[in-house]
Amino acid sequence: MRINRIAVGENISLDQSLDMLPLEPVFKKYKNKHGSLIPLLQAAQTHFGYLPGQVFQMIADETGIPVADIYGVATFYAQFRLKPVGKNIIKVCHGTACHVQNANSITEAMRNELHLKDGETTPDGLFTLESVACLGCCSLAPVMMIGDNTYGKLNGKSAVKIVREIKMNASVGKQ
Amino acid sequence: MEILTKPRVVVGLGSCGIAAGAAKTYDRLSAIKAAGIIDFELSKTSCVGMCYKEPLVEIHDERGWVMYGDMTEDRIQEILNRHIVQKETIEEFAVSTKSLNGSEDAFFEGQVRIALRNCGHIDPESLEQAEKHEAYQAIRSILTTKKSSADVIQTVLDSGLRGRGGGGFPTGLKWRFAAQSEGDEKYIICNADEGDPGAFMDRSLLEGDPHAVLEGMMIGGYSIGASTGVIYCRAEYPLAIKRLNIAIAQAKAKGYLGENVFGQSDFSFDIYVKEGAGAFVCGEETALIASIEGQRGMPRKRPPFPALSGLWQKPTNINNVETWANIPWIINHGAAAYAAYGTEKSKGTKVFALTGKILHGGLVEVPMGITINEIIFKLGGGIQNGKKFKAVQLGGPSGGCIPAELGNTPVDYDSVNATGAIMGSGGMVVMDESTCMIDLAKFFLHFTQDESCGKCTFCRIGTKRMLEILERITEGKGEPDDIQKLETLAYQIKNNSLCGLGQTAPNPVLTTLKYFRHEYEAHIFDKKCPAKVCKPLLHYSIDAEKCTGCTVCAKKCPVDAINGDRKQTHIINQAICIQCGECYTVCKFEAVMVD
Ligand SMILES: Cc1cc2nc3c(=O)[nH]c(=O)nc-3n(C[C@H](O)[C@H](O)[C@H](O)COP(=O)(O)O)c2cc1C
Ligand code: SF4
Ligand code: FES
Repeated sequence: MRINRIAVGENISLDQSLDMLPLEPVFKKYKNKHGSLIPLLQAAQTHFGYLPGQVFQMIADETGIPVADIYGVATFYAQFRLKPVGKNIIKVCHGTACHVQNANSITEAMRNELHLKDGETTPDGLFTLESVACLGCCSLAPVMMIGDNTYGKLNGKSAVKIVREIKMNASVGKQ
Repeated sequence: MEILTKPRVVVGLGSCGIAAGAAKTYDRLSAIKAAGIIDFELSKTSCVGMCYKEPLVEIHDERGWVMYGDMTEDRIQEILNRHIVQKETIEEFAVSTKSLNGSEDAFFEGQVRIALRNCGHIDPESLEQAEKHEAYQAIRSILTTKKSSADVIQTVLDSGLRGRGGGGFPTGLKWRFAAQSEGDEKYIICNADEGDPGAFMDRSLLEGDPHAVLEGMMIGGYSIGASTGVIYCRAEYPLAIKRLNIAIAQAKAKGYLGENVFGQSDFSFDIYVKEGAGAFVCGEETALIASIEGQRGMPRKRPPFPALSGLWQKPTNINNVETWANIPWIINHGAAAYAAYGTEKSKGTKVFALTGKILHGGLVEVPMGITINEIIFKLGGGIQNGKKFKAVQLGGPSGGCIPAELGNTPVDYDSVNATGAIMGSGGMVVMDESTCMIDLAKFFLHFTQDESCGKCTFCRIGTKRMLEILERITEGKGEPDDIQKLETLAYQIKNNSLCGLGQTAPNPVLTTLKYFRHEYEAHIFDKKCPAKVCKPLLHYSIDAEKCTGCTVCAKKCPVDAINGDRKQTHIINQAICIQCGECYTVCKFEAVMVD
């Protein structure tokens, strides 16, 4: 999981058109506070959904922490993403409890339904598929989380049904 | 007992309940209440631990109370009508009742709820309710009676409480070290990183009774002379973080936290929540501290221990969520009351998360020293689908598998260690005959290999080599000396790793080798997986007697390995078969055989 995330396929984007203004208040809040790097990265990711290249430069300029160290931290933690993600992140739990209750079949069903591998995003930008280690609802295993919603006692079929519903709602929303 | 003016309906809104649909049930109840036909009071609580019956709804009226399970939104209106209006008790869904017929569900019998005392009983977002259940009484009495910090530490020592985060170090002793450290600035940390996949007691405690954890930390802070507390909580627990922040704000507003708490004392204490960013190794105390400081979460050499030099190089005391939650109870009820439970060397109670192939999955708190069998069969109701109990994994990736034959092992630190497993945080993943132990060992090694911080060669590369061997074995390419190689590597990794992650990473392999060696041998020498899990080792064939020639399997086979005309016996071409198992799943006549 970790390796996949670090070895990004595309070049890390340095899109100049990104609007960094919304992050100003966060920088103010953490100005001159020690230990602020992770909260800053978290705030940036909450805003953009991932960590665009520019964020690293901006944090370096503001805090004086070398860019290399910031990359070191960002790639250490599973939470941080270096490339854009889909609107809905499907986190299939592969913790112990879910593993023994056949979590693999959920991931497999998702792969077939969305034609994705772990860590990939659908071309329409609607879904990203991820594996995580325990969502803390182990007694409902196997479990997956989409956005803020957790779904338990799944099987391949019911998981696909949930994803199809989201798909349908999204296409209704567009019309 | 408070007097009820009208019936009260309480919905269990923990993460697990919400995942099972409890939020929808709550919304439906709000709508029913708003319609005004049935008059009742609606409130919420957190998880009582009976996760297998979620969503749970309790109804209190003049007849007593009943807890109903499986209360999905489509069912709740009818239950409400029958219970409140028609004064019935709906036996079919009642999982636990009190004062009606006096029967308690076996799930709660045999539990002693100290850490979980308020979980599932109070509204976790109400300080008022928490205070009705002893919240902040312990710290208040310590401050008003001017009990010395040495006395508080002595009480914790006498209770025999040992750290619930896995190591089992005596909590009072740890506090004493931190108290004796020189320094005007000290820190308290609550380890809420709960990395063991399959354990969720810390989440449940934080969601269900956040004030108990805050109060425990305050008492710790008073004892060692700290004025700041940090809760390091994993980001995967958004509800726990939300409720913690609510609880902190409530305590601050009342003056229970902040400068001169309770308005008069000269004790000041503040707490804030730090969100983790997803790294199992950050549960290790020195890595956790590095992470709070904004660095990569890599463990460092100890000594110096955090008690001497921790967060920002200041004396720091770090304890687990469950450890903290026990503290106020011990102060309120006395060390002897706590030490009355448990065994000679493992006092008190422990929370266990029952998951896997167990019938009644959930959280239970039991006195130390009861046996694994009692937990699994008495409280947990046994194994799902009437299957056979095979083993239980204790202690997560650092722990080991205890086989069914050792089911009479008491759960206390020393007895569990003697089996080769560890108590760990209390995750109990139950396995039946359909679990392959090699596959499980491979799963854990994959996890630790992925989560190794990379600092130590043996932990970084040794686990990778072990994983490769296990992968080979489960693919049917095992070699005769693989077991030997696994054992050699395991001991090298254990002896040459800096932190607990590496030192314990081989445990799942070592314990499965110890208790299930024959399964390894079956994979390596006979190229068979006895539990029928490892796909490359499976052999699919069709029973000519049962096959009706319906053609479904042939149509579903992704590689067209199945031939046969309609109404004729079908045959699997073994040269093409990829052992995907699709035919086995789709055959309605149980004609596909696997061995
Ligand atoms: C790899 C590793 C992971 C750990 N994860 C946790 C954890 O998730 N939660 C926890 O409380 N302790 C964890 N610990 C144990 C902590 O290092 C520490 O001993 C504990 O928080 C101390 O609290 P206690 O004395 O109350 O148990 C972990 C240790 C190691 C080596
Ligand atoms: S044992 Fe493993 S996780 Fe621990 S410090 Fe060494 S490399 Fe890192
Ligand atoms: S193992 Fe999947 S939620 Fe815990």
